[in-house]
Amino acid sequence: MPEQPGKSAIEVRGVRKVFGTGESQVAALDTISVSIRENEFFTLLGPSGCGKTTLLRLIAGFDFPSAGEILLHGQDIAPLPPFKRPVNTVFQNYALFPHMTVAENIGFGLEMLGKPKADVKARVAEMLKLVKMEALSGRRTSQISGGQQQRVALARALAPQPKVLLLDEPLSALDFKLRKDMQIELKRLQHETGITFIFVTHDQEEALTMSDRIAVMSSGKILQVGTPWDIYDKPAERFVADFIGETNFLTAAISGMANGKARATLKSGATIDATVAEGFQPKDNATVVVRPEHAKLTSSKGDLSGTVENIVYFGTDTHIHVRLDSSEAFTVRQQNTRSAGCGFERGDKVGISIGNDAAQVLRD
Amino acid sequence: MASAEEVAEEAERRDIRDRWLLSAPALIIIFLAATGPLLIVVIYSFLTPGPYGDVVWKFSTDGWLSVVMQRDIFDDTLVFADAHLSIFWRSAKLSFMTTIFTLLFGFPTAYFIATRPTRQRNVWLFLITIPFWTNLLIRTFAIQEVIRNEGIVNTVLIKLGIISQPIQMMFTDFALMVGMTYVYLPLMVLPLYASLEKIDFRLVEAGYDLYANRFQVLRRVIVPLVKPGIIAGSILVFIPALGAYVTPRVLGGTKNMMLGNLIELQFGQGRNWPLGSALSLSLMAIVMVALLFYVRSAGRQGGAHG
Repeated sequence: MPEQPGKSAIEVRGVRKVFGTGESQVAALDTISVSIRENEFFTLLGPSGCGKTTLLRLIAGFDFPSAGEILLHGQDIAPLPPFKRPVNTVFQNYALFPHMTVAENIGFGLEMLGKPKADVKARVAEMLKLVKMEALSGRRTSQISGGQQQRVALARALAPQPKVLLLDEPLSALDFKLRKDMQIELKRLQHETGITFIFVTHDQEEALTMSDRIAVMSSGKILQVGTPWDIYDKPAERFVADFIGETNFLTAAISGMANGKARATLKSGATIDATVAEGFQPKDNATVVVRPEHAKLTSSKGDLSGTVENIVYFGTDTHIHVRLDSSEAFTVRQQNTRSAGCGFERGDKVGISIGNDAAQVLRD
Repeated sequence: MASAEEVAEEAERRDIRDRWLLSAPALIIIFLAATGPLLIVVIYSFLTPGPYGDVVWKFSTDGWLSVVMQRDIFDDTLVFADAHLSIFWRSAKLSFMTTIFTLLFGFPTAYFIATRPTRQRNVWLFLITIPFWTNLLIRTFAIQEVIRNEGIVNTVLIKLGIISQPIQMMFTDFALMVGMTYVYLPLMVLPLYASLEKIDFRLVEAGYDLYANRFQVLRRVIVPLVKPGIIAGSILVFIPALGAYVTPRVLGGTKNMMLGNLIELQFGQGRNWPLGSALSLSLMAIVMVALLFYVRSAGRQGGAHG
């Protein structure tokens, strides 16, 4: 949908970042444009080395773009040093000042902004309450646990009331249980403060559960921007479909496109309706993706047919790996019930039916 | 028959005894080498000076007394030895200033090295230690060659027509400060580097991120984190600077004497070994006070970081 320029908190326009010189030159970001809305929980998702942290560092001001501009509420901030940007960062390893107490850490930004002592004190107390750390305000940062350090880092970055909060994989150092708690905590903080969050992660599940919108990145490019639902159900490219969740790739011949839908004829001969990725250029053969939970296994003939190769039990559901007659691999996910097994056995000849709303045609 | 417990106990006793026996020769040598000469100095400080140097074995407190007092040659009244006291003061002042200057020059140097890529750092550290390869005396004479009236600086300035008369730099406090700062700089750079190298530079980024400008990041983040290095470097520079001998002798001349030269004078022309011994011990006392200060503040630092 078209963006309204005034409504975006951060607008990245044609930003390029090149590291090194000459032969060893590497483009960490390859001409990226993206618009991040106000009060949005926006996630940059991608594998390590995809450029997501580089983009975050450009917005924070630790690095400067080789080309392009970065607008904060319409004003170009790309040439400003980090201490002149109303943007704060929660660092991956928190980067708390070891020579200061919890309260001194939280108050640091306000102090540097030259706020009166009484205001700093009041705001620090407020932030301590927000992250539930009142009892530990006088502790050194080395004397508190990882989860508590995480809270202090959040409070420290939120205290100066930045326009945008940047979070660089802030949960990666926490163990599983704590990470789940902090995910909920982060959502609550974002909701209560109304600050735009830009969150960097390589964890697709974290991205899906927390974000309002996600930008999927790979090799210095943004491949797709959309809601978690868009990204999961309507992936535009193979990388996106593969990186997020599990999926089945099928080759199909495309015919008759209308209203964002196309007729796809699979190798089995069956023809299904499929939604089409944005930017799809009409061509004869394309890749169609079907999520394992959107297909159904039948003992009668379906859209596809094949042989059960393997059955893997996951507790909540069972994954049934099928080798199609076209020799492609296909996985079906089936919800488990208490009373019955999955109803199939290895070696069974099975059919797979794909619903009318289950398939998506990729653009690459 | 001995129980297993007794055997183990006996083995442990034997182990401890062997350890002491084996290290005894080294310990004895270290003990004698450390305390022997010192003991002689302490004894000499309580004896009477001999007419041609050396000492006469007669107890006297005159050596100690003349550190701070001097007897009037006419009526034997005691007055403050302001000559000595001013040299003490001068030495302390110059050593302090040397410490400050090495810190001012050493900090950026160490910071520069610590922020290079890891492989380059060793090269820079190596360059820092190069002056140690040459004898101190020769390096000091080299400085003299640069700043003396017919030296490089004055010759160039005169040739360029900027000055007509050479600027007197030799035998001034300026010359002394140049020499001392140059000589002791590596002793400041190395401990500063050791501290700076350990800094997590993400803390510096965090400082910038939280609206601290470059100066504030230096003052509020970097300096507190390298405080142990600053203290160690200051001690390493201050202590030898206090007893400096060669540099003040060559660059400062006889007018600008420091404690080291004063002590040397007593064992040479002054022919007053007891006074020289007492002065040496006074210097040692000052150094110990400085060290005490160091240990205490370092202890506080460690406790604070707990």
